[in-house]
Amino acid sequence: MVIDAFLLSRIQFAFTVSFHIVFPAFTIGLSAYIATLLGLWLKTGDAKFHLLARFWTKIFAVSFAMGVVSGIVLSYQFGTNWSRFSTAVGNVIGPLIGYEVLSAFFLEASFLGVMLFGWKRVPPWLHFLSAVIVAGGTALSGFWILSANSWMQYPAGHEVRDGIAYPVDWMKIVFNPTFPLRFAHMMTAAYLTTAFVVLATGARHLLAGHRTESAKTMVRMAILMIALTAPLQAVIGDFHGRDTATYQPAKLAAIEAHWDSSKPGALVLFAWPDEKAELNRFEISIPGVASLVTHGSMNALFPSLKDFKVEDRPPVLIPFFAFRAMVGIGVLMILFGWVGAWLWRKGTVFESRRWLWIAQYTWPAGFIAILSGWFVTEVGRQPWLATGIIRSADAVSPVTTLQVAISLALFVCVYSVVFTAGILLINRLIDKGPDEISGEDAPEQPSQRPLKAAQGEAAAIFGDGKPGDDKIQPAI
Amino acid sequence: MEWYLPVIWAGLIGTAVMLYVVLDGFDLGIAILFPTTKDEGERDQMMNSVAPFWDGNETWLVLGGGGLWVAFPQAYAIIMPAFYIPVILMLLALIFRGVAFEFRWVAKPHHHRWDLAFWLGSTVAAFSQGLILGGLIQGVTVANGQFAGGPFDWLTPFTVMCGLGVVVGYALLGATWLIFKTEGPVAERARRQARTLLLALMGFAALVSLWTPLAHPRIAERWFTPGNLALLWPFPVLTAFCGYMAWKRLHGAHEFTPFAFTIAIFLLCFLGLSISNFPYLVPPSVTIWDAAAAPSSHVFVLIGVAFLLPMILFYTAFVYWTFRGKVRSDSGYH
Repeated sequence: MVIDAFLLSRIQFAFTVSFHIVFPAFTIGLSAYIATLLGLWLKTGDAKFHLLARFWTKIFAVSFAMGVVSGIVLSYQFGTNWSRFSTAVGNVIGPLIGYEVLSAFFLEASFLGVMLFGWKRVPPWLHFLSAVIVAGGTALSGFWILSANSWMQYPAGHEVRDGIAYPVDWMKIVFNPTFPLRFAHMMTAAYLTTAFVVLATGARHLLAGHRTESAKTMVRMAILMIALTAPLQAVIGDFHGRDTATYQPAKLAAIEAHWDSSKPGALVLFAWPDEKAELNRFEISIPGVASLVTHGSMNALFPSLKDFKVEDRPPVLIPFFAFRAMVGIGVLMILFGWVGAWLWRKGTVFESRRWLWIAQYTWPAGFIAILSGWFVTEVGRQPWLATGIIRSADAVSPVTTLQVAISLALFVCVYSVVFTAGILLINRLIDKGPDEISGEDAPEQPSQRPLKAAQGEAAAIFGDGKPGDDKIQPAI
Repeated sequence: MEWYLPVIWAGLIGTAVMLYVVLDGFDLGIAILFPTTKDEGERDQMMNSVAPFWDGNETWLVLGGGGLWVAFPQAYAIIMPAFYIPVILMLLALIFRGVAFEFRWVAKPHHHRWDLAFWLGSTVAAFSQGLILGGLIQGVTVANGQFAGGPFDWLTPFTVMCGLGVVVGYALLGATWLIFKTEGPVAERARRQARTLLLALMGFAALVSLWTPLAHPRIAERWFTPGNLALLWPFPVLTAFCGYMAWKRLHGAHEFTPFAFTIAIFLLCFLGLSISNFPYLVPPSVTIWDAAAAPSSHVFVLIGVAFLLPMILFYTAFVYWTFRGKVRSDSGYH
């Protein structure tokens, strides 16, 4: 392996995109959760929902900022490090990114201001609407990004002239074949990931002795979400896998470590795929099951890695192991969610210290699964950057190795400092808990205040009644 | 169509870049002025004056960069590698600036490092943007449609001067924004600073106006051909007039007009630079037609722009309207 601008650019992109995806995944889910909480609060008037919405908004603000700044890096890196890619597919991918910025990025970024700073500036319904718009904007952002990425996986609706892709049919480009399921898979992953963070937070507070209504509410809402979406995700994932079998057979062969197309694919539980010898070492497998899952029959034959020329094969180790990590975590998520639902039904979930003890450590589960899934799909697309159009090795910018080495070193240093600080700060916010736990902002809790003041607050919040300190003030 | 589409897109991207420069310019500017006070309350006030807006403002940078890729992939693919180091520096600096908004509050009372990150991040981002601007004006070496220069071509006395000019200009935008949005000691100090900054900015503008035609015959030709001069003379005159008006308004009690005239100066300088370089997107060789994307790509996104851009402008205005008036302490979520 030669250390050149190409290798370093790959490492740099993998590093920056992996750091980035963690935050949008979390904020897509969290913005939807906050919007739900605000909606419930408007509907029921129950203060715990308001308390929780405020609590999660603080964490959202920190996470969103990290998502924004790490995302801008990516939109420029296509040019700085992959300029030949930008030229080759710019006609097709550029507009998708353009639509992302125009339709989603502005929406989330602008209404974020109202969501964070508008608690007392705008009426509650408008504040709720802003939260809904932010949640919708983050999901819409995902829509375009997943569309662009899916197009790179399996391009459609275009023609290639002199190595450059030209659009032919925009509907086919945007809704390319692997896009719908990939998008569904990612959105569900984002909501599921956030549910585990909420669950872990609630569990942590309960275990710390803060047996508050808000902690219980977090645990209940998270269990409900996990018990429903974790199995749904397995179903979506299964369909997505069949897409891969149809459209990206080389990737599927790498995932399954399938070397011999004369035999049905076995479900390889464990192995060490040896790419040089073109076989699996230490293999433990169940014959026929991979064929059954991907092609619907124990005897179905499908292309193996050997059916592709060596230079057209993706690396095997990373897709193989990352896929198993993702699926393993997914299965544990389903089991854990169902046990939680069962305990909840029995009425003992808040007493089950063992379950809660595990629950408090489940917060990274979704993030690890998401990263693993992306490793599978991105490494599995190699050696192509946009399948059939441009190879990764041909896409790198005319920049020097030294330049990329310096920038990569800077990215590693800056990200280590900034994101470590960010995660520690989020951790501190989570530990502090909603204001009813920390007691820092006591006036938030109506029961500790004179009734009259509480009424004043309610009047201010709901926008009718007498003017108080919190009342929306006229403009200057 | 083939001729008009790139012109329309050049106008759109120019608008996006201009909006970015003005809007994020004052965000970055107040941060550049951060070290001029040690008072905690004043720093809070300064940061709060932009906190609800900065994210939306920075999005224009994404539209500028993304739009360049959408409309002129060839130019995007030349400019980004050509300015590899300043672009990466700018991105890293914007990371520090962006997270400082949130981290500073959460980290209190141990937040001084984030004050430093806010200031240094903003200053380096502004300086890098100036380097890129200067580097584009002085020209980029291109061969076979690709960047063909060296890794440090962008580092010359001229680009460093442009970098300093942008830092000063943003600081002026920040100071006049503070006059508009705050009261008390913050506004008073900003008014004093704005006068010095205005003089410095006008100095930089004059320097660029002299330097570029002297160094680049194509720019001299553009401005001083008799026919052109007859059309173009109002630009420098208007710029000088706006500078004079800003100066006068800074000495009265006006709160909004200094900011407005500063924006006008930026707009005129931007137009002036565009006139100097049109139709080159990557001077001195790649025009907007050379670099344009496929017409179908142009049209596809233009349809979206026609609907979405007015909406964006509308809700951006709504957000500014929501947080109108002087900065208040009650609007935070912290």
